[in-house]
Amino acid sequence: MSIDISSGSGRAGRSGRAGRKVEEVETVAVRFAGDSGDGMQVTGDQFTSTAVIIGNDVSTFPDFPAEIRAPAGSLPGVSGFQVRFSNHDIHTPGDQPDVLVAMNPAALKVNLGDLKPNGMLLVNTDAFSDSNLKLASYSSNPLEDHSLEGYQVFKVELTRLTRTALEHTELRKTHGQKAIDRCKNFYALGIMYWLYNRPLEPTLRWLERKFAGSDELVEANKLALTGGYNYAHSTELFQCTYEVAPARFEPGLYRNISGNTALALGLVTGAQQAGLTLFYGSYPITPASDVLHELSRFKEFGVITFQAEDEIAALGSALGAAFGGCLGVSATSGPGMALKGETMGLAVTTELPLIIVDIQRGGPSTGLPTKTEQADLLMAMFGRHAESPLPVLAAATPGDCFYLAIEAVRIATKYMTPVILLSDGYLANGAEPWKVPSLTDLPSFPVQFRTESEDFAPFLRNPHTLARPWVKPGTPGLEHRIGGLEHEDVTGNINYDPINHERMVHMRADKVAAIANDIPLLTVEGPDQGDLLLLGWGSTEGAMVGAFEQLTRQGKRVARAHLRYLNPFPRNLGEVLKQYKRVLIPEMNMGQLALLIRGRFLVDAISYSKVQGRPFKVAEIKARADEVLARESV
Amino acid sequence: MGVTTMGGGEHSQLTRKDFVSDQEVRWCPGCGDYSILKAVQTVLPELGIPREKFVFVSGIGCSSRFPYYMNTYGFHTIHGRAPAIATGLKVANPDLQVWVATGDGDALSIGGNHLIHAMRRNIDIKVLMFNNRIYGLTKGQYSPTSELGKKTKSTPFGSVDRPFNPISLALGSEATFVARSVDVFPAHLKETLVRVAGHRGSAFVEILQNCNVFNDGAFFDVTDKGVRDDRTLAMEHGKPLIFGKNQDRGIRLKGTRLSVAEFPPGNPPADLLVHEESDPDATVAYILSRISPPEFPLPIGIFRQVAAPTFDGAIHDQVAAARARGAGDLEKLIRGPETWTVT
Repeated sequence: MSIDISSGSGRAGRSGRAGRKVEEVETVAVRFAGDSGDGMQVTGDQFTSTAVIIGNDVSTFPDFPAEIRAPAGSLPGVSGFQVRFSNHDIHTPGDQPDVLVAMNPAALKVNLGDLKPNGMLLVNTDAFSDSNLKLASYSSNPLEDHSLEGYQVFKVELTRLTRTALEHTELRKTHGQKAIDRCKNFYALGIMYWLYNRPLEPTLRWLERKFAGSDELVEANKLALTGGYNYAHSTELFQCTYEVAPARFEPGLYRNISGNTALALGLVTGAQQAGLTLFYGSYPITPASDVLHELSRFKEFGVITFQAEDEIAALGSALGAAFGGCLGVSATSGPGMALKGETMGLAVTTELPLIIVDIQRGGPSTGLPTKTEQADLLMAMFGRHAESPLPVLAAATPGDCFYLAIEAVRIATKYMTPVILLSDGYLANGAEPWKVPSLTDLPSFPVQFRTESEDFAPFLRNPHTLARPWVKPGTPGLEHRIGGLEHEDVTGNINYDPINHERMVHMRADKVAAIANDIPLLTVEGPDQGDLLLLGWGSTEGAMVGAFEQLTRQGKRVARAHLRYLNPFPRNLGEVLKQYKRVLIPEMNMGQLALLIRGRFLVDAISYSKVQGRPFKVAEIKARADEVLARESV
Repeated sequence: MGVTTMGGGEHSQLTRKDFVSDQEVRWCPGCGDYSILKAVQTVLPELGIPREKFVFVSGIGCSSRFPYYMNTYGFHTIHGRAPAIATGLKVANPDLQVWVATGDGDALSIGGNHLIHAMRRNIDIKVLMFNNRIYGLTKGQYSPTSELGKKTKSTPFGSVDRPFNPISLALGSEATFVARSVDVFPAHLKETLVRVAGHRGSAFVEILQNCNVFNDGAFFDVTDKGVRDDRTLAMEHGKPLIFGKNQDRGIRLKGTRLSVAEFPPGNPPADLLVHEESDPDATVAYILSRISPPEFPLPIGIFRQVAAPTFDGAIHDQVAAARARGAGDLEKLIRGPETWTVT
């Protein structure tokens, strides 16, 4: 499907509902919250898809529990999805939602604290039974005890209304009331669509695709969506409705994309640009499993996926495939990274291209499997035995996962080295409008396998890249052995000589360090010199951009830079750091980049640490920057 | 049994020397690995397969040095992981003959998980497991095949760790080829290697191998010249199970129990168990895997060889079927299901 929109002009939403005030707003954040079985993620996804089709900029924050179905109505079972949509460029899902849709008391209890003062609160009153109130640890009903007076509360009998609307459906007849009750999320979505003047068609069409072959589900969910919409319209539930105009985007073709989808597409594209078959070995782990799900569908691109018996075999198989001449890739999260360490060491010493993606989550151990964190940076840098350096990249936005996946392929194959690509749960599941690139604009780097047997030696290096030749087993005359034992350069023969070992350790390190000459310089937004540099990496970029813009508007001499290359660092990083009185590094860890920056450059960088399993808010970074600036001026 | 020729056959005749690498062999003098290496180097040129198609993948341990000595493609990897790495290699390039050289510690201890999963998938790799019932490279700790009560450096009071039966494990893991041979039975070993080379699917060969430094004589009570005919049972497909220097004993199966029948040489009873290596049901093979001296002879040869679709073949069939419906359009894939245009 494709819709044409003129940027920043016209109204894609519905208009002309006589007698009701329509107010233009710039940006709105809505949070849908309910039980993990209430369909909040799909509701949020649909609201997001519709917003991007209208032409809003969007940013999302899905936040769901580790339990698939925690006990119904309980606090740990609450699942939320925040979507912010805007008529201008935005970078975060919003610090505080303007609207909270709470499907039950537990969802209210968990999320109310985030809602803006005087924010809109839509509650399903039918769920506020004594037992549900007790499950949510409410001693009195918040709908009756005046505790919600600071908000605009809209009480809706969502369950009863949905039952009434769907009373005569085929689904009711064949599957009973429970199935009907599961449609109430779309009833709530219909209400929100009316409130924000959104078209229903994209979701109606999505329902037809999603439930193709199950006409009763299509019918019931469509009825629920339109029922909610019409209910809001006819009952004058809201005094006015709101419009958020399309954002001004750079002209081009756009789609909505999550980090994991972008990563999967980037890997397929990278393999194609290298002229290689993609072999993806993986073991299911949150939040990386979606990459396996995506890639396993791409057989028509020749993509091979292998669900291995464990994390070790997942990367082992990818390394075996790399030895065989494929692009070997494995994605995982922290605990899986720990298991893959030994294999990475083998890839480092045998100098085979390999891509390891770490989609970070809260830890250590099982930790917070569905929450985000950036605490694997030092593991990516150093978390292997012995001296085993490898390039480390980190995506900054969901869409950036696409480009850095391609870049990881380029570096791995050009330099014959394993590469770690860092993402995190926030990027993986978060979505944004994304300008679809044209394949012709992407770099192409076809791999040349060695086939010439004359003067062949397995570790005879390209003098420019220091890369050794890549030979596909099966090539006549180039039979050779590689392995984990220390070997001498050129021949690859086992060699335990102490000086040889030192030489090889340096050789491997020099090869990786020299990649700094083949990556972009660090770009700085803001003044070339100033009081404060906001330095970040990974998914903190959105919040840092927001803070930077606010500080700049207030006339502060603040600049911002974001590292996508963490090893090697961009070669101008040291110079950039020197241009600012202070460097502030917000990270969702205990200061890991700050440690690297201090250690590498002797710069007294200030770490701003947050480890709550949730991304930074713009206001938090802004406040910390203000504090630092205030201290400086004293 | 004659030598089967696989592959094109027009390849110039290779010799054993073509498979000997320029690396100095560094196993201890007298190690059983030498005879296994020699058998492999002797058999491979007879298969009619171009040398560049062979890849030897290994883990860690004495046996895992094997690839360095083979003038083929080779990958000496990490402890226990060779089956996983070989799986990726074989899937990446199904034309290759992928062999794994491993030991009892490498395959059954640290790599047990990879071994059983490689076997059950029926990935077309050939696992040669050198069983010396000891950790040699780490200088003499008990292994997962060491007998209960064994005194080693790490078990000065005797091992209390019950061992695996590798053949039973391979059969239980659904391997489609399971065999046992012996380092000092070169003819039998070579025959077995020829058979394993011709098998398509996951193959497991236990090769009893003497570690003359840390576990000398582990199998002498079976393999010594004076006793071997009476204490081993060379199984042959379609033939009754008969053994003994005078060929005067055989194996009977009643229910799930085996027994030894004695008879005048050359006149075996009609109810001896006839070996069916291609039986789709692995039950009898499993029962045979459980017997050993002194009550029974130790069976050697092929316990099981059945034809089944390979994992690598099935993966490529799926890819080929998808591509037959049309090669992927990457532009379209990147665009995704819904787009909008900003002008």
